[in-house]
Amino acid sequence: MSTSNEHHPSRFHGIWALTKRELKKWLKEPIILLMAILQPVIWMGLFGKAMNLGNMFSSSNISVPPVITLPGNVVIPPQSGTINISGTALSQMLGNLGPNIMQNIFGVKDYFSYMSVGMISFIVLFTTMFSGMSIVWDRRLGFLNKVLSTPVSRGAIILSKVFNASLRAMFQATIILALAVVFGLQVSSTFSLLNILGLYAAVFLLCVGLSSVFLALALRSTKWETQMAIVNLINLPLMFASNTFFPISQMPDWIQAIARVNPISYLTDAMRQLTVWQLDASALIVDFAFLGVFAAVFSVIGIALSWRYLTK
Amino acid sequence: MSEEINSTVEKPKEINMSEEIIKAEGLTKVFNKHLTAVDHVNFSVKHGEIFGFLGPNGAGKTTTINMLITLLKPTEGKASVLDFDIAKQNNDVRNVIGVVPQEYTADDDLTGLENILLCADLYGIPHQTAKERSIELLKLVELTDFRDKKVATYSGGMRRRLELACGLINRPKILFLDEPTLGLDVQTRTATWNYIRRLKEEFGMTLFMTTHYLEEADSLCDRVAIIDHGKIIVTGTPEELKHNLGGDVITLSVKDDPDVTDLIRAVGNVKEVKKENGSYRIKAEYGEVTAPSVIEALRKKGHVVTKLMLTEPTLNEVYLEYTGRSLRDTEDSVESSRTQRMTMRRARA
Repeated sequence: MSTSNEHHPSRFHGIWALTKRELKKWLKEPIILLMAILQPVIWMGLFGKAMNLGNMFSSSNISVPPVITLPGNVVIPPQSGTINISGTALSQMLGNLGPNIMQNIFGVKDYFSYMSVGMISFIVLFTTMFSGMSIVWDRRLGFLNKVLSTPVSRGAIILSKVFNASLRAMFQATIILALAVVFGLQVSSTFSLLNILGLYAAVFLLCVGLSSVFLALALRSTKWETQMAIVNLINLPLMFASNTFFPISQMPDWIQAIARVNPISYLTDAMRQLTVWQLDASALIVDFAFLGVFAAVFSVIGIALSWRYLTK
Repeated sequence: MSEEINSTVEKPKEINMSEEIIKAEGLTKVFNKHLTAVDHVNFSVKHGEIFGFLGPNGAGKTTTINMLITLLKPTEGKASVLDFDIAKQNNDVRNVIGVVPQEYTADDDLTGLENILLCADLYGIPHQTAKERSIELLKLVELTDFRDKKVATYSGGMRRRLELACGLINRPKILFLDEPTLGLDVQTRTATWNYIRRLKEEFGMTLFMTTHYLEEADSLCDRVAIIDHGKIIVTGTPEELKHNLGGDVITLSVKDDPDVTDLIRAVGNVKEVKKENGSYRIKAEYGEVTAPSVIEALRKKGHVVTKLMLTEPTLNEVYLEYTGRSLRDTEDSVESSRTQRMTMRRARA
């Protein structure tokens, strides 16, 4: 046995060391940190507030003349001659339909509440997509080779990046959630502070799964351009073929088919169940089961590939 | 050297000085099924020596070192480091070696100290021990004043020293250095040589290094293997290699120009004497010893030596002898070696 390194490191000792490195790098770049906070704020402003779907149905948008004259046979029982209807009363009646439509389609009365939760999924997707980039840079700058020449477990290298992406995404999720509450997110009556923990768990699971996928794609790559191309190709399709911005039920069948296997849909659904919707336990269980399986399968694949491909 | 720095690098205890601690037999690496970077090399490194791989860029030096430090799996053949098989017991190998790679691998965004502590973490060294060792090592490589500065602000020489410190954090038995002075100016290079010599002399560490600088191999290495096109051409101490060329050249002039050819030829170690334009060109082994003997022999017969010059063959001549081309030529010219190097880098990456 060797005597010179007396510390016989455990299989997983490197995970925290490498995660710490990445977090330090992240915290040392105030501009990147600021961007990471600003980005969701801008998106929430643009999508959540600008696309004010709920307001489309409000009475002020339904302009009807003060008095509407209709033929008498439109009412039951039919009447002879014409009848007059008060426009003000009608527009108020139609205005009340708006929130009902919102409630039926989106599950909430205002689009902002619906969308700002989706925003968390959006940030998770974007943060994890770039986790693959960092392994490409580590390879190019030689850092990866140094790590590989130490007794750190090969799996720890990929896991540290997974955890790093997850912690960053969870940090951003916290900020979005806090800002959303400030800007008028309306939580449902089933919401409790305990639900926040559930939300973090869901975010973590998706992060683990997604960043494993993108890291596995980047394992052999020496070109960050390739990574960029992959990210650019699939980020928006993945985003819009999900329930992040719009309910799946209103989509054509073929998009629904994609959205139903898209893990983003399950994260968004779980988070809405936990915050803005009336909690439906069975739906939540399905969401967590899907996210859990997704995370387990892809992190195992990622670790297996890193054992296989990091040494040539 | 102070006591605390002494403790930084563990002195070997039970190891016999002549023990071969790196052994390679038929070690081969083929990239992409046709590019043979290392071709059945055999060598061994003895305990406590500085062993150098000398050869032009693209000769297979880095590939060999990467196999020994377990970054690459050999296509064929085997090698062991401290009796650990590099393919089967790679984690044991990683535990006992230190690596100073060719590139600057330290993280630009972290400080020098943070980088060393990160290296320590990677070896699973407990925090307190790591902190003590880092401070000692930073002192050893004279970076104490810069330890809290971001590595991005370091000069090339400072980065190289930081790499050296990182490579020593686990108190390795063997330190692998891949082109340790590549791209450094002469002054920094000399300083780096001194650090390397200290590791050997004061701590009895074994060092395996690659270089394409002849001066470096000549002045630093106890034994050198000249490698070209993936094959080891010759192995030996720099002196042996130079000696095998047939010895040094002594050029001397004698007052009044008498014919003393036979007199000189009679001196031990002299192999060949030629009289050229009033001076003698003597080919002799161990010129530095032979030259005084020649002077002494001539003085005894009443001849006065007016001029003397001793030329020792350099490793460049050794290289020329064995490969048929000058290392400097291959180094300085040519697109072809550069292209080959790029190919190798891509294949390795």
